[in-house]
Amino acid sequence: MKINVEHVAKLARLGITPAEKEMFGRQLSAILEYAEILNKLDIDKVPPTSHAIPMKNVLREDKVVSFKNTKEIMANAPEEEENMFKVPRIVE
Amino acid sequence: MKTAHELHSQLTSKKVSSVELTEAVFTQIDKTENKVRAYVSINKEAALKEAKAADQRIKNNDNVTPLTGIPIAIKDNMCTRGVLTTCSSKILANYIPPYDATIVTKIKEAGAVIIGKANMDEFAMGSSTENSGLHPTFNPWDIETVPGGSSGGSAAAVAAGEAVLATGSDTGGSIRQPASFCGVVGFKPTYGRVSRYGLVAFASSLDQIGPLTKDVTDSAILLNTIAGYDPKDSTSVNIPVPDYRKALVDNVKKLKVGVIKELLGKGIDKTIQESVNKATAKLKELGADIIEVSLPSFEYAVATYYLIAPAEASSNLARYDGVKFGHRAKEAKDLLTMYYKTRAEGFGAEVKRRIMLGTYALSAGYYDAYYLKALKVRTLIKQDFDKAFKRCDVLVSPTSPSVAFKVGEKKDDPLAMYMADIATIPVNLAGLPAISVPCGISNGLPIGLQIIGKAFDEETILHAAFTYEQNTQWHKKNPPLINS
Repeated sequence: MKINVEHVAKLARLGITPAEKEMFGRQLSAILEYAEILNKLDIDKVPPTSHAIPMKNVLREDKVVSFKNTKEIMANAPEEEENMFKVPRIVE
Repeated sequence: MKTAHELHSQLTSKKVSSVELTEAVFTQIDKTENKVRAYVSINKEAALKEAKAADQRIKNNDNVTPLTGIPIAIKDNMCTRGVLTTCSSKILANYIPPYDATIVTKIKEAGAVIIGKANMDEFAMGSSTENSGLHPTFNPWDIETVPGGSSGGSAAAVAAGEAVLATGSDTGGSIRQPASFCGVVGFKPTYGRVSRYGLVAFASSLDQIGPLTKDVTDSAILLNTIAGYDPKDSTSVNIPVPDYRKALVDNVKKLKVGVIKELLGKGIDKTIQESVNKATAKLKELGADIIEVSLPSFEYAVATYYLIAPAEASSNLARYDGVKFGHRAKEAKDLLTMYYKTRAEGFGAEVKRRIMLGTYALSAGYYDAYYLKALKVRTLIKQDFDKAFKRCDVLVSPTSPSVAFKVGEKKDDPLAMYMADIATIPVNLAGLPAISVPCGISNGLPIGLQIIGKAFDEETILHAAFTYEQNTQWHKKNPPLINS
């Protein structure tokens, strides 16, 4: 199985080295080949399960609850200015 | 080594203080931690302060709980306010949460003494703790073998006496398999039983928090503390939580125990099969009805899991982009380069592999062939369990197909590592509760018996596990390391 590793890495916003490209290509192929065993099953009419325990949408009143601890949130920011997260320029 | 419930009576009868207990744990850490390396971070000063507060609480008889004054390790994917929570990843190496996970709040309120944060496979992805981005952990029974994973630090800490209790998280076996490898008890509750608020997300439809302890009674005690609905986790289920200690009854007469045929044959080591057969015979001797059950869909469980879990992970881990917290690559001129470099530098090989696998399984043109197909097979696995539970109260199997393997043995063969999760993965896919209890020793390494229950029926599991434990001695064995 041939996987376009570079394309997948780009979708995942993941920088990879040439060595990683070779390694992941090989390993992902082996895993996906193994996953082919699912093709032995006749599951056309089987419904998918995304949660094993029945889940329903949980609604609550739309109420503002202030988080008092913004200082500790901002202390984790790689770069910060006036209580805002700073990132490299995105528009010229 | 004493259990939490034994220490609790010593604390309340003033035979020992929490400060003495905590200091004894640190003495043990001084003796064994350089070999075991169970912890990512240890905070002795804070622990002794908590121990003093616990002693005061006991002295004043002020809301004393079974956890008051008991030393505990917290897996490092559970947020602790003001204390590093790294998930054993370089990308979170400097992350200091501004809040506590709900289970941490509950453990603190109960008065337990937090010794430190336990090592794990990075983002809980792995079965050996070799994928920790910080350092590996070693099995206290034989430091040339792995402790299992991903809660390897938690299991090793309890086994080595470096904590009395520990918390773990289990997405595909990450509590039960290390418990099995380290000869301790590991309990994964039903999905939705324990709040995941403040647990760093790996695969949100599978993750669940649970106890790692020296015996079944301690597991019931810790579960009593952490279980329950939490409005902050919309997947936690709002139903009453029973007193799990009441389930600790030494009697399995007429209990219908199903033995899973698919997990006692090909691919399972002979010594493991023998130990589990002996455990089943023991339950029979104690009055349980033993029934052989077949769950044919198990053959597909590993493939199903390794499509669903990475798919969910690839989405969950998109948040590590270097913007709001965690590592950010230096000298990135534009935003995209910053993402690429930050994630390349911050994630280890296994995490990258799973992000790639999940991204691929969800990508245009492959969604139906992989992800959707896996969700359908998940239905079959759940149906097989439903069918088995029509005839049985609990199901039993080995926890792992082998005892602890050698450090490095499977590190470069991801698929071989994944196959080691064959017995635990189906349980997560069906959202069910399951425990691992020690049931044997082979060449000096522990073997675990898995007992699986119906959804939200943790009590019957505890009941069966407690009876087995009371009538065997395996849980009393300690690794040679702690006496040397």
